[in-house]
Amino acid sequence: MPPVLELKGITKRFPGVLANDHIDLKLHEGEVLALLGENGAGKSTLMNVLYGLYTPEEGEIFVRGQLAAIQEPNDAIDLGIGMVHQHFMLVPVFTVAENVMLGMESIKNGILLDRQDAAERVRDISQKYGLDVDPNDMVGDLPVGLQQRVEIIKLLYRNADILILDEPTAVLTPQEVKGLFEVIRSLVAQGKSVIFISHKLKEIREIADHVAVLRRGKMVGAADPKQCTERDLASLMVGRDVILEVPKKPANPEAVVLAVEDLRVMGDRGKLAVEGISFEVRAGEIVGVAGVQGNGQTELVEVLTGLREALSGSVRLLDHEILNAAPRVITEIGTAHVPEDRHRDGLVLGYSVADNLVLNTYYLPPVARGLVMQETVINQRADELVAEYDVRTPSIMTPAGNLSGGNQQKVIVARELSRDVALVIASQPTRGLDVGSIEYIHSQLVRKRDEGAAVFVVSSELDEVLSLADRIVVLFDGQIMDVVSAETAVKEEIGLLMAGVHSQAELEAKREAAA
Amino acid sequence: MTDKLEKEGRRARNIGIIFLLFAVAILVLFLPGTDGGGLTTFTFNTSKGEVLPLPDLVFATRLGLYLLALVTAFLGAWQLARGFEQLNAVLGGVALLFILGFLSWAARDKSMNLTGMLQSTLLRSIPITLAALSGVMCERSGIVNIGIEGMMLMGAFFAALVGSVADSYWWGLAAALLGGGLAGALLAVLSIRYKVDQIIAGTAITILSTGLTSYFSSRYLQANSALNSPPTFRPIALPILSKIPIIGPIFFNHTLLVYLTLLLVALIYVMLFYTRWGLRTRAVGEHPRAADTLGIDVFKIRYINVILGGMIAGLGGAYLVLSSVARFDEMMTGGKGYIGLAAMIFGNWNPIGALGSSLIFGFADSLQVKLAIMSVPIPSQFLLMAPYLVTMIVLAGVVGKSRAPAADGVPYEKG
Repeated sequence: MPPVLELKGITKRFPGVLANDHIDLKLHEGEVLALLGENGAGKSTLMNVLYGLYTPEEGEIFVRGQLAAIQEPNDAIDLGIGMVHQHFMLVPVFTVAENVMLGMESIKNGILLDRQDAAERVRDISQKYGLDVDPNDMVGDLPVGLQQRVEIIKLLYRNADILILDEPTAVLTPQEVKGLFEVIRSLVAQGKSVIFISHKLKEIREIADHVAVLRRGKMVGAADPKQCTERDLASLMVGRDVILEVPKKPANPEAVVLAVEDLRVMGDRGKLAVEGISFEVRAGEIVGVAGVQGNGQTELVEVLTGLREALSGSVRLLDHEILNAAPRVITEIGTAHVPEDRHRDGLVLGYSVADNLVLNTYYLPPVARGLVMQETVINQRADELVAEYDVRTPSIMTPAGNLSGGNQQKVIVARELSRDVALVIASQPTRGLDVGSIEYIHSQLVRKRDEGAAVFVVSSELDEVLSLADRIVVLFDGQIMDVVSAETAVKEEIGLLMAGVHSQAELEAKREAAA
Repeated sequence: MTDKLEKEGRRARNIGIIFLLFAVAILVLFLPGTDGGGLTTFTFNTSKGEVLPLPDLVFATRLGLYLLALVTAFLGAWQLARGFEQLNAVLGGVALLFILGFLSWAARDKSMNLTGMLQSTLLRSIPITLAALSGVMCERSGIVNIGIEGMMLMGAFFAALVGSVADSYWWGLAAALLGGGLAGALLAVLSIRYKVDQIIAGTAITILSTGLTSYFSSRYLQANSALNSPPTFRPIALPILSKIPIIGPIFFNHTLLVYLTLLLVALIYVMLFYTRWGLRTRAVGEHPRAADTLGIDVFKIRYINVILGGMIAGLGGAYLVLSSVARFDEMMTGGKGYIGLAAMIFGNWNPIGALGSSLIFGFADSLQVKLAIMSVPIPSQFLLMAPYLVTMIVLAGVVGKSRAPAADGVPYEKG
């Protein structure tokens, strides 16, 4: 039987870049093919070619053995190819059913939309594949995980049997990832074929039947994910040996740098987000916060960095009380902040790399002399930092918005960690980054620790917290469940704590009570 | 961080206080000019010999004002103590009470024809409604149309010229649609194909249209009345319906263009929310890339909508010429295109909302004319201002926020 989809020699050039260089790829019916590669390796370009959003310069696409001419998304849709984009393509003010039928509307009486019919079909698909989505919900009100399911329903509604999922887990919580994998399994069990784009090795090993690895626009190998280790996959992807464990010596904690006491913070929805927590971070140690996103981490970090007002409590940084102090005061005492949302709080995307590198020191000598900023100093500093922190940018005058996510994050890290600080606060420091960048940013945080800074890391990736932190604070529903030493920590136990349960026995008791 | 509930509570309280202030205002503003025995007369019959003539409403001005203030104060107290569910409707009611108070005062010792005023309200709101509908068409698909004023001028000019030359209002109407459509097409090409800033493109179209029509008008139309005297649509009294007291003269004794406008409001509403075209238009205005990935041609939808929007604005121009004054004058639209834009926003980009807001503006307009005729002792400048002021107070602070389509004004780039 011919493969359901075959790409032969696909080549796509952009000005100055060879995004896809003679790529061959085969997808068989009922399998999950993982497409692995770092950011910028050409995965998304390849899929956009397949979906008709880009036209390749060379190469052929065969669908079920037939040569296919895909000029625009409509052609791909007609051939049964569907794509869930990394950034969802949903209209927030439409209902689920309206989003799903858009472009292929159910019509009654000749011209009127048949919303009932569409809702009925959405309900059928939802039931068949265990998607559990209500067609009449407003999409903007749904959590991200459900929005993704709406995207999948959109494809199934169009009878797609080749489903492309572009980094589907990047925006999901661990629980939602689990749910997504169940859906994928149910899809392939019913004869659909899936291309799963990711750079998360663990997930690929869990869900994929085959893996194809892209590096700098070239197909560099295929592998059986069940046979090889994460390390094998990582070196294939990056092109050199990668160390997945964070190499670090035992911590050597000294004086308390940050002391939080009985902190209470209001969240955006008028509900307490942080409910009276206390902890401290010492010089020379990394304290990691583990917790499912939305359990108070964001609000906590915002208070620590002066971006949000707390209701009550105390935050002491060195000898200063900094509760509800201005961000600049906190920065000047000696705090580095790598924010959760690098586009919103970390960078001015329209500014050059050089200007972004002085966002926290632009008013101080030697960057400024009186009212005038010193361009030569700024540029010289930028050149040094770009070299030191391995920021890959065409020039220091390039707008930060043009860099890849990993390099944007490196700009922030370079800006924050190149100063002499007592405390480093890093929130989701490696979200959405590829293995190479993650490795680099981790090593920088450890270096800062070894230089004697107190490091406070918040991450929704439990593995990251486990490998990076010396002590782990588990946050649930705005409260600290426990503080454990990373050396003795057991992953499963922390997973339970993150779910608000103290032990296996307690979990079972809860289940019984619910049943 | 502001608590949302607290915010709503504050709003409810503020509105209660505003109601009480309205009650006080009725007494303070209108009572001093009245005397104990003064009577106000409201009439309802238009002069054309009604089948069922209604008696005039005559009451003591003071008593009426006291009563109105009392009801308003009661509504305010109730809002403070208990709160209303349908707050916006009550708000409209209080505005109405205030306006009635004003009218009672204005018509003291005189008589005022309410039916006639409401009839002229509808007529004056028609061009504003058409302008607002033009805006709805364009902006729902994501193109901001600041050029409505200019498109209306083009429509009015062509209606007058072609209507006069062909001696047919039908040809005038067709020419107006064509002129407005062309101006719309120009906006579409500039903002879709060339991605010119839409505010600038729209402004340019208004300036261009004003210049062109003013030039040709002063050069040819004003000098040669054969080119500027189109025949006009005659009012058509709908059988039976037009005989209903009050309602009949207000709604059912108008020219074809008036009926057409009301029909368009309903039609565009249904089209927008219940048809494939509407779903796609709104999707393109909210999230064009999402529409694109589903195989919808974003550019085509925008072209169609903007050109149709131009034609509707052209119709608004045609109404001014072919349904009322029967000639073109320089800048005769007098800002109705911009008022229509405001009506579109107040109406929350919804055709029916747009009609409602246009009626408020129409009412303001007709009230001011009426008061000027009745020689009310208020400087005419204030007369012109007052209804707008009330409208602004009500709409700016109190009515819930309106929301523009998410991709409004953002050029779409493929890939």
